[in-house]
Order: sequence, then structure tokens, then C-alpha cells
Amino acid sequence: MEWDWTFVAKIMPSLLRGAVVTIEATILGSALAMIVGLGFAILRRSPNKLISKPIGFFVDFIRGTPLLVQLYFLFYILPDVGIVLAPLVAGVIGLGLHYGTYTAEVYRAGIDNVPRGQWEAAKATNLTIGQTWRHVIIPQAIPPMMPALANYFVAMFKETPLLAAITVLELMNQARSAANFSYRYLEPMTLVGAFFLIISIPSVILLRWLERRFGKVE
Amino acid sequence: MDQWSGYLALIFSGALVTIQLTIYGCALALFMAFVAGLGRLSAHAPLRWLATAYIEFFRGTSIFVQLFWAYFVLPLLGVPLSPFQAGILALGLNVGAYGAEVVRGAIQSIPKEQYEATTALNLTRWQRMRHVILPQAFVLMLPTFGNNAIELLKGTAVVSLISLSDMTFQAQVVRAQTGSTAVPFLTILVLYFLIASVFSSGIRGLEHRLARGLEGTRS
Repeated sequence: MEWDWTFVAKIMPSLLRGAVVTIEATILGSALAMIVGLGFAILRRSPNKLISKPIGFFVDFIRGTPLLVQLYFLFYILPDVGIVLAPLVAGVIGLGLHYGTYTAEVYRAGIDNVPRGQWEAAKATNLTIGQTWRHVIIPQAIPPMMPALANYFVAMFKETPLLAAITVLELMNQARSAANFSYRYLEPMTLVGAFFLIISIPSVILLRWLERRFGKVE
Repeated sequence: MDQWSGYLALIFSGALVTIQLTIYGCALALFMAFVAGLGRLSAHAPLRWLATAYIEFFRGTSIFVQLFWAYFVLPLLGVPLSPFQAGILALGLNVGAYGAEVVRGAIQSIPKEQYEATTALNLTRWQRMRHVILPQAFVLMLPTFGNNAIELLKGTAVVSLISLSDMTFQAQVVRAQTGSTAVPFLTILVLYFLIASVFSSGIRGLEHRLARGLEGTRS
């Protein structure tokens, strides 16, 4: 099968519309994952076992099951109990929740990485709990987390094609409908691959820079 | 209640396909991880470039796109693949690229003294890898390999979209036939979690076993 540039030109506008949705979903999903992850991380540290244990299990459960099935769950089951979500909203919630369990681990590692002496020093200078977090722990914990968080956002970006399965008209779905409409798979599929490479190669370079700038936390 | 046993059998047959895909995919991924990981450390520049290109390409695009490409585009280029073969190929190559970086990182983290000691003992390059470096590096790789195996298991759900009858696909079939959504999807969520738990405890056991006798060498 020959590569056909006129066909490429024809499908390009719809692919670009899809690309915008892909990027929107990534940004919204990342924002949600950052917030949800912080929630998970804090609740998991709770001294109350009735809170920390179920949250720990929930996090492990989400990490151990496929995002695709979770998306189906949000999109098909929640309407049964009366919650109807738009496809994109369900997709963003799915992405945010799934990756929130990963970012929770990053937050945990980042917080654990702050030396104990810092906590003791905060206590010695008579800071309150709130002041300790705000002025001592968080400012030191955040920078080393940056590369790891960015890493998961790149990973999330690459998982957004799954949203096609719950009828979000993102890039992959636009490509599939173009392909199904004209029975040409070569150009749409290859262009989608190229689009992902175009975004993810610069982001890998950005990641390396973040790692050099802020150091790495494991 | 009677009909549910039939639907459950359908989901279990899907679970079998999922497990098969995971095992074959892991085997291919492990092979690719070592080939590409050692390739990146090769003394020959072209081999290094080839390995880097493979790793960056498969890490840079999503599994979903790779799977569709393998299933829809490769046949046009004269390589017809069954959905099962396309699934194993895409999953194995994708996770293998992530594994390659693990292999490279683990080998590079072996202290220089170990290399110097093998030189002092006059071991060949092959003997050094086989008897000194890899046994120590492999233990370091295992935890991440375990995570990668679970990522691969989760990735298998995507093959349902190229009409391979894995667990997720069968759940969709049950959903279409019964109109019940909660039961099939909750069942497969639990099954995925159980399979993942078996995998991770298996890897932990293996790690424990292989780490014996290495206590002194690990800092």
C-alpha cells in the first residue's frame, strides 16, 4: 500500500481536532491526579488504621487493574446508579484516579525523603504542625518529586487513546473513524504514532533536564 | 442464577486468554529487555544506536497505537498477524523497551570493584557477565520487572479492542447479552487484581530466593 499525501491532507483537520482533545484530557487528568494523589498520600499516612488500611487496599486495587476496565466501569456502571457522566468527564476522572494512585507513591517518597532532623528542628523552634508542613517539609519535598510526577504525566498522555473506547473523540478515535470510513489504515495509524513521538520525545528531553535540575527521588 | 454459571465460564475462558497473553508477552518482553539493554551497553556504536532507537520509539508511543499499527498496518506491508500474535508482539515489544532500561540501570549499578576483580581473576567478557555481573544485577532488576509484568497484564485489556476474546472482551459480551454491567465488570476487576497479586507475590518469592548469598555484596 502506497503512502497517499492527499488523503493525509484530507484527514489532517479532524486529527488535529482530536489532538486538542487528547491534550485537554492529559492536562485535566494530570491536575486531578496531583490533587487525588496528595489526598491518597495523606490519608495513607493517617494514624487511624480504619482510614489508612482501606485506602491502602483501594490504591493497590486500582494499581492492579487495567485502566480500560476502570473507564468502562465509570462510563457504563455509574449511570445505573443515576450518575451520568459525559465521556470526556468520565475519561478525565478515570485517568486522574488511576494515575493518582501512582502520584500518591511519589508524594509518599518525597515526604519520607525529608530528613528526620528537619522535623525535629521544626519542633525545637516551636513551629506548629501547619507551619512545619508549609515552611519546612513541603518546600523541601516538592522539588525532588518534579521529575517523577512529570514522568507519570507523560505516561498518562500515552494512555489517553484508551478514552476512544468510551467514545471520547480524541486523536485515536478520529484516526479510527477516518480509517474505517475510507478503509485506509496506513496513514491514520502512522500519523497517530508520529504525533505521540512528536510530543513525547521533547517531553523526555524535558524530563532529563528536570532530573538534572532537581535530582531524582526513588 | 443458572445462566450466571454459563456467563462465568465465558469470563473464565477470557481469563485464560489474558493469562496466556501475559505469559507469552512477558517472555518476549524479557528477551527484548536483555537484548536491547545489553545492546545499549555494547562497545559497538551502531548496536547502541539501534537499541536506543528501539527503546525510545516504543516508550515514546502508546501501547494502544502500537497494537493498532501491528494489527491493521503490518498486514498491508505483507505481515499478516492474528489478533493473538499482534497482541503478544505489541505487548512484548512495548514492555521490553521499558525492561531494557531496567537491565541497563541494574548492570551499571554494579560497583566497579566487581569488574576489576574479574579482570584480576582473568575471566573472559562472557564469564564476567555470566558468573559475576548478571547474578548480582538480576536481583536488582526483579522488583521493577515485577511492576512491568503487572503493567503488561493491565495492557492486555487493550487487546479486547482488536477483537481478541480476552477477559475484558468477554465481559463486554456478557454485558451485551444480559444488560447487566456491574456484575461482569466487577468480576473481571477482582480477577485482574487476583492475577496481579499472584504475579507480585511470585516475583517477591523469586527475589527472596535469588538474593540468598548476596547479602555481603549489597550495600
